[in-house]
Amino acid sequence: MALNPAPADAVIVVHGLQTRFGATIIHENLDFTVQRGEIVALVGGSGSGKTTLLRAIILLLEPTAGSIQLFGQEIIGISESAAFRLRRRFGMLFQQGALFSSLTVRENVAMPLREHTRLSIRRIAEIADLKIALAGLPADAGNKLPRELSGGMLKRAALARSLALDPALLFLDEPTAGLDPVSAGAFDELVVQLKESLGLTVVMVTHDLDTLWQATDRVAFLGERRVIGYAPMRELTRAQHPLIQAYFEGPRGRAAREQSCKAR
Amino acid sequence: MTGGEPWIANIPLADRATFRCENGACRCEGDWTLDGIEDFDPRELSSSSSASEFTLDGAGIQTIDTTGALQLLNVIADLERAGCTVRWVNLREEHQALLELVKERLAAAGTATAPQPPNRLEQLGRRVAFQTIRTIEFLAFIGEAAASLARLAVHPQRFRWRALFSDIETAGVNALPIVALLAFMMGIVIAYQGGQQLQAYGANIFIVELVALTMLRELAPLITAIIVAGRTGSAYTAQIGTMQITEEVDALRTIGIRPMDLLVLPKLLALIIALPLLTVFADALSVFGGMVMAQALLAVSFGDFLDRFPQVVTPTSFLLGVGKAPVFAAIIALVGCYQGFQVRGGADSVGRQTTVSVVQSIFLVIAADALFSVVLGGVGLWR
Repeated sequence: MALNPAPADAVIVVHGLQTRFGATIIHENLDFTVQRGEIVALVGGSGSGKTTLLRAIILLLEPTAGSIQLFGQEIIGISESAAFRLRRRFGMLFQQGALFSSLTVRENVAMPLREHTRLSIRRIAEIADLKIALAGLPADAGNKLPRELSGGMLKRAALARSLALDPALLFLDEPTAGLDPVSAGAFDELVVQLKESLGLTVVMVTHDLDTLWQATDRVAFLGERRVIGYAPMRELTRAQHPLIQAYFEGPRGRAAREQSCKAR
Repeated sequence: MTGGEPWIANIPLADRATFRCENGACRCEGDWTLDGIEDFDPRELSSSSSASEFTLDGAGIQTIDTTGALQLLNVIADLERAGCTVRWVNLREEHQALLELVKERLAAAGTATAPQPPNRLEQLGRRVAFQTIRTIEFLAFIGEAAASLARLAVHPQRFRWRALFSDIETAGVNALPIVALLAFMMGIVIAYQGGQQLQAYGANIFIVELVALTMLRELAPLITAIIVAGRTGSAYTAQIGTMQITEEVDALRTIGIRPMDLLVLPKLLALIIALPLLTVFADALSVFGGMVMAQALLAVSFGDFLDRFPQVVTPTSFLLGVGKAPVFAAIIALVGCYQGFQVRGGADSVGRQTTVSVVQSIFLVIAADALFSVVLGGVGLWR
């Protein structure tokens, strides 16, 4: 719930997770926890299973073993109706936006509202327009079809849809990938602003080092099929693990850190 | 809000968002969230007071989200429009911040102008122009395919043999079972329907003419073409259409491969080779179906049937039927590929163009068949 002054408790608890595609093991004995009201980023090399972990948490993929709790509710083997109500509590921004191409932006945003509430069509349209505005799009964008939007606008429209139900938990898959630096920076700011004013919990997969420095509370590093480092960015970059060192000690990693130190 | 099950014990149920008013001072209470405002009625407030100054007490607000904030802002805007001045008291700082954020974002977005639907005349004009352009484009596409074929004749070593053979397999070999089944059943149906009439006149043996000529000249080529249009033409459209969306077609162009050479020519040639062969196969199976029925219903044995068959069926009849197949194949392949390249945007467009592709190719196949009948009848080639 938004602005709930509840104690900082765990929104997501992943324990002993194993996922496997055929003979390939993606995760083995993976533990991962997210507290209410924090922005957590998942990082790691390509193929380290970041998106797979995200998909397991949002009930798109059944893990081979282990347990995942969302809002204190075990989701492995969950019933269809319980899953439906749980999906009402989180929003997901897909990497390519995944907007329905036959619907306008407003209809896209209105879809979860029509599915999950009993509100009148007029009020739904009003709420949809609000979400479009919250995502930083001009009001005219609501009448457009996804194919008429630029990449940055598409991301914002997709964000508007993921915010449709005012979720307590927001998942973002590479939110700033493919955006110009100005749009990416504005997107980071928007996410932080939403978190602060709505008390959102945010879990994102990202490779954007600037986002990691500017927008996150904690960063989980995936490698060797599990979380090998989980700390605020400043501490994580000092971690001794060779994979983490290699990830952050490249020229890009250092540039982003210097940038962020200057900014503070 | 749903409730009762243990699992949502830790998610508080939403209290209804309401106002409690006493002469010009109102307390906002409950959860001003999407769940809380579901039953909210803004008239609760406006009807309760006629004062010109209004005090809203925010202390009773438990939780608030953007939807609830929007609702509150709407209520305030309504009051102000009615001439009231609205003042907040006891509003928590973070709630205040959220209200400000929503207000600011809505102001930044501006108001949308509703798009004007074009009038009927304009719609008609647009449709005509659109269809004309599409027709011209299709003719241009056929021309481009022909030019591509000519280039291939000059440089045959450039041809994608592997694509050709795999296309022949999927469009031809894999279609054998369904073509066999449908052709066999068609033979049975024709022999059954015609056989009853012939029996009435004691002209049982003419079943051979009936089955052989109908099937070889008309029905076998047509039914095969229709199956292939539904099976393969649609697959061509969907494949090229999806490649169009994922920018694979553009990637081919950048690498310097003409999409026409890689995507269209092998498919076109594969179908031109496969469809006549499928038609011969359908000829055989449908005549066999007719034979089975002739023996069962009309006591015309397999031996009698096969004795009479070469006497009534001239090679011309057979060749004319099979000869139509390459034309049908070209129609199906060209329409299927062309519609694939017309896909724009997303998944809905793939579906739309695939439908258009199947409808158009079946329509054109039947139109071409009619044209064959008229022209060949005119020059006296039917018998």
